[in-house]
Amino acid sequence: MTASVKSSLASPPPRIIARLDIKAPNLVKGIHLEGLRVIGRPGDFAKRYFEAGADELFYQDIVASLYQRSSIVDLVKQTAEMIFVPLTVGGGIRSIQDIQTMLRAGADKVCVNTAATTRPEFISEAAAIFGRQCIVVAIEVLKQTSGKYLVFTNNGRQSTGLEAREWACRAVDCGAGEIVITSVDREGTRRGLDLGLIEEIVGAVGVPVIAHGGVGHAGHVLEAVRLGASGVAVAKALHSDALSIAEIKNHLVAAGVEVRR
Amino acid sequence: MTKRVTIVDYGLGNLHSVIKSVQHFGAEVEVADTAERVSQAERLILPGVGAFGDGIGHLRNRGQDRAILDYAAKERPLLGICLGAQLLLDESEEFGRHHGLGLIPGKVTEIPREHVRVPHAGWGKLVGGPVGGNDPLLREIPEDSWMYFVHSFQLQPAAPSSILRICQYGPHPIPAVVKRGLVYGCQFHPEKSGKTGLILLRNFLDL
Repeated sequence: MTASVKSSLASPPPRIIARLDIKAPNLVKGIHLEGLRVIGRPGDFAKRYFEAGADELFYQDIVASLYQRSSIVDLVKQTAEMIFVPLTVGGGIRSIQDIQTMLRAGADKVCVNTAATTRPEFISEAAAIFGRQCIVVAIEVLKQTSGKYLVFTNNGRQSTGLEAREWACRAVDCGAGEIVITSVDREGTRRGLDLGLIEEIVGAVGVPVIAHGGVGHAGHVLEAVRLGASGVAVAKALHSDALSIAEIKNHLVAAGVEVRR
Repeated sequence: MTKRVTIVDYGLGNLHSVIKSVQHFGAEVEVADTAERVSQAERLILPGVGAFGDGIGHLRNRGQDRAILDYAAKERPLLGICLGAQLLLDESEEFGRHHGLGLIPGKVTEIPREHVRVPHAGWGKLVGGPVGGNDPLLREIPEDSWMYFVHSFQLQPAAPSSILRICQYGPHPIPAVVKRGLVYGCQFHPEKSGKTGLILLRNFLDL
């Protein structure tokens, strides 16, 4: 299938995903995945976004991969008690046991990054057990001065030498059911998503692609949706009240895009 | 009167969310990790996230497959969710060919990859299937209600009359709620479908 055909593949109405970066027990936010600031209690924010109509919540444990630990299981449990929309959990997912633990705690999907780039077979093993719809692969990208999109891990610190498009295709071949693509350059800046990157990945794979990194206003979300993103993850703009889920959905509806109400 | 509901635990999936969502309505929940507990249930939910072959294998290893059949033979309410719904059918073509529980005639096939992204992941509207109607499971759930789907394979019941609701995905009508007797299957996740999903679970508790 050619790239242009894949770009035109239909998705369900775009998901507006509230992304919460977590350094247990706190919700934090930085810029370019660095310089973290404590914002509040994740549960409070999760509940608020659920009530406001978020289509999905995304918890990213941002220290897990660095310190070889995962501490948000309890938080996932508490969240699943009060949030009745899907919850994706990422950060420090390295084994089948880690996935099992998160799913049993109430996560619907798990998001893998470092473990997948180090050993792509991990994606296949996980997909064979839990189904590919359950396995999301996160791709953190830094745009190089050459214009190339290169894949990084550990919050944008560790280069893998892989190109984003090539890695996205490989991950999907291995069994990834969804790709979350983060532009580290744009992350936390509210300057807008990297549309070139989104276009490239949406055209390369046949699974849903979630765009993340840089949303500042509702128009940014619409741009990504028009390019074929199946969802857009928003963090800082929501946490700081610069933007609401209702504003995003109203803007999409006004532009003729169907959303869940 | 407190409703009692038994949730089949066969080692896969997000039990926690299902438990919490039925407790939301004050139901008393029992998690059944053995065959005995399954067959003694008053009301049974078969949840599931995962691959069909693994799911049915886990049920068989614990003897829970027979227990579910025994339970269903007593004409008591059974709700399969997502993979749990798929396991109710005769067979699946996911990673090879696997036999299911055969409570609803039909098979589980891959969603055609033409024109749509697969997995089908996101929110979809329930619309009338060939039968539609006023099934008690769908009380107060009007046409165009939004539910959350996440799946690569779909329910294909042999009898069109088994399909109560579909979700249109691109050119593909995806069976969303299927039924035979008191055996129901939901392709979507009611426990993750906001307040509307909770209404469906409440209706199930009232069956």
